[in-house]
Amino acid sequence: MSNSAQQKNLEGYVGFANLPNQVYRKSVKRGFEFTLMVVGESGLGKSTLINSLFLTDLYSPEYPGPSHRIKKTVKVEQSKVLVKEGGVQLLLTIVDTPGFGDAVDNSDCWQPVIDHIDNKFEDYLNSESRVNRRLMPDNRVHCCLYFIAPSGHGLKPLDIEFMKRLHEKVNIIPLIAKADTMTPEEGQQFKKQIMREIQEHKIRIYEFPETDDEEEIKLVKKIKERLPLAVVGSNTIIEVDGKRVRGRQYPWGVAEVENGEHCDFTILRNMLIRTHMQDLKDVTNNVHYENYRSRKLAAVTYNGVDSNRNKGQLTKSPLAQMEEERREHVSKMKKMEMEMEQVFEMKVKEKIQKLKDSEAELQRRHEQMKRNLEAQHRELEEKRRQHEDEKAQWEAQQRQLEQQKLEASRTLEKNKKKKIF
Amino acid sequence: MAATDVDIFSNEEKRNLNLGGHVGFDSLPDQLVSKSVTQGFCFNILCVGETGIGKSTLMNTLFNTMFENEEASHYQNSVYLRPRTYDLQESNVHLKLTIVDTVGFGDQINKEDSYKPIVDYIDTQFENYLQEELKIKRSLFNYHDTRIHICLYFIAPTGHSLKSLDLVTMKKLDSKVNIIPIIAKADTISKSELHKFKIKIMSELVSNGVQIYQFPTDDEAVTEINASMNAHLPFAVVGSVDEVKVGNKTVRARQYPWGVVQVENESHCDFVKLREMLIRVNMEDLREQTHARHYELYRRCKLEEMGFKDTDPDCQPFSLQETYEAKRKEFLGDLQHKEEGMRQMFVSKVKETEAELKEKERELHDKFEQLKRLHQEEKRKVEEKRRDLEEEMNAHNRKKVAAETLALAQPLKKDKDRRN
Repeated sequence: MSNSAQQKNLEGYVGFANLPNQVYRKSVKRGFEFTLMVVGESGLGKSTLINSLFLTDLYSPEYPGPSHRIKKTVKVEQSKVLVKEGGVQLLLTIVDTPGFGDAVDNSDCWQPVIDHIDNKFEDYLNSESRVNRRLMPDNRVHCCLYFIAPSGHGLKPLDIEFMKRLHEKVNIIPLIAKADTMTPEEGQQFKKQIMREIQEHKIRIYEFPETDDEEEIKLVKKIKERLPLAVVGSNTIIEVDGKRVRGRQYPWGVAEVENGEHCDFTILRNMLIRTHMQDLKDVTNNVHYENYRSRKLAAVTYNGVDSNRNKGQLTKSPLAQMEEERREHVSKMKKMEMEMEQVFEMKVKEKIQKLKDSEAELQRRHEQMKRNLEAQHRELEEKRRQHEDEKAQWEAQQRQLEQQKLEASRTLEKNKKKKIF
Repeated sequence: MAATDVDIFSNEEKRNLNLGGHVGFDSLPDQLVSKSVTQGFCFNILCVGETGIGKSTLMNTLFNTMFENEEASHYQNSVYLRPRTYDLQESNVHLKLTIVDTVGFGDQINKEDSYKPIVDYIDTQFENYLQEELKIKRSLFNYHDTRIHICLYFIAPTGHSLKSLDLVTMKKLDSKVNIIPIIAKADTISKSELHKFKIKIMSELVSNGVQIYQFPTDDEAVTEINASMNAHLPFAVVGSVDEVKVGNKTVRARQYPWGVVQVENESHCDFVKLREMLIRVNMEDLREQTHARHYELYRRCKLEEMGFKDTDPDCQPFSLQETYEAKRKEFLGDLQHKEEGMRQMFVSKVKETEAELKEKERELHDKFEQLKRLHQEEKRKVEEKRRDLEEEMNAHNRKKVAAETLALAQPLKKDKDRRN
């Protein structure tokens, strides 16, 4: 039913230009959700940064940050907060990982993180696949802020390992923590080094979407030049030049959080919250989740079936796949049946032929024996006839002889009588 | 994906926090809107009504453009659906509009099956979406959604009541699509007749249990206008693409000898109300209802038909994996069963034929034995005859010998006699 769309020009007011407003209205009514994950060793200022980003005490003495909650093993924990601004309601879920990278042996400390992300995907997949699906809460992790310690020398092996394992599951935004320990030049060097290593290891961090908008292209270019973003966070407000700003008070001055020359915090906040929050959700939904889903469903569908040829064409649903397999099986069975039939027919023919041959042979022998016997019969008959003939002849002879003898004796008798006289 | 709905279902603690300044997530709706605008929108209208009732004209009037349309004849054998897709743009909004026309509706003598092609078309669009949704590798975000968002049902302006065809058709469609009934060619009904007609239609719809689309009243921004519009249903519309000069303005209207019916004059007809409701205010809600209600219903029925369940007999929820694995096991078991069946059948066939052949073999063997016996018998007879003959010949020979011996002795006697 594909009919290519025709371009039509409107002669006057119709009104569907109001559609975006309708969408706006409905989205505000629905409210928004966002799940942000923070990962990094303890003491890198993660909680402080979150509080600064959202201008609220998400982490407080009552709700301590991950560095204050370290347990024996790496845990993944989340807390939900509801915030409202300008009529827009946001349910924010912050996921943190107390204990990450803090042990002596940190092998596999990323595993609980991977498991958490996969579990959320799994939950979503299950609720999406139910027969009765009403409400589908989206608890998938939309963004992961990865905190890099400001060593100044490059990425640590743990950093590389973590990012390599998670870059295809979640949008990773690497951040240089506690940026106020580096001078601008040190910062530049460090950033270059990190980006080089990221490229070297083929790590795919969050990429900005393609756009045709001039403004946006300029904006994105500016952000890209500053990656990875070097951030500073603060829970305290200080007065600087009559203004109240968030910052860190040092004897030698104040490092201002929202000052673009001091750190990239503003860029991060704008990008994460004000311009690309929706895109982070979309990429999670359209790319990371879909990857998870198609891998999962392919595993379920091709369970035990070696079909490398099929792996490239995952364009069917698992059920359609089963249908095709069913059809294949039916045709395979038909072929098998035909083959078996053929073999069967052949064998039967063979056997019947053999029986026929035996019968013919039997018949032939019987005929031969009959002829044999008949010959013998005839021979016997001939012999008998001969014998009879001979016998008759001899008997005739004998009779003749007898007759002769009788005549001879009679004559003798006659002569004898004649002689006497 | 409603944040507020999650409150009810999740028992995680949710803290309400106050913000100490402007964070900036109030731009989220704008971010969302800007993405949708970039993607473009799509809307699908189904027009159901008799031939010549004014469907095409109304579409042209609504969208202020000339969609090409051949005039349909009354002689279609059956109803068929004709979808046409158009790309429209108004300011920065792109709309992919599909208009589906029901050609031949109401023309046949026997209209019992008239609704079927319509229902089939709607179901097919749902099915296509469902298939895409179930694929392993899918791309829902750039899928061209062809599901019908609104069905405009054109009621003939008889002034009396709904036709039975109308009731039957709407009843079949009301659980599958949003229906807005409209009175077509409303310029043939007077105001008082129209008022009575509308009341009659609505009461007939209610008494027959037909669910038509209600403009939503849950959003404060549009509650008032939607509620008042709900009371004006069904909309009595007039369509026209002809322009007529009225006063010093040129308006779209129909020129009669007795006056000019202006399409956009609210005291002449409800066209403006229809346009407001359908396009300006509730287009997004129509799309949402189609997806969240009608499509979900279709999907639920389809999956249940295929044997999917959400919980096992112990009321434990199934995970997707379990469901598919169970299906697959069933499927493989079924295939194996078929294979077994075929083999069994074959084995029994072979056995049967073997038995037959053995039987034949035995018969042959019996025959052979019989012939052998016959032959033995014959041979014996011949032997007997031979012996008899031999005996006779021997007897004869003995006689011969005896006679010869006698003959030999005779001449002696003769000599003896002579000497005497």
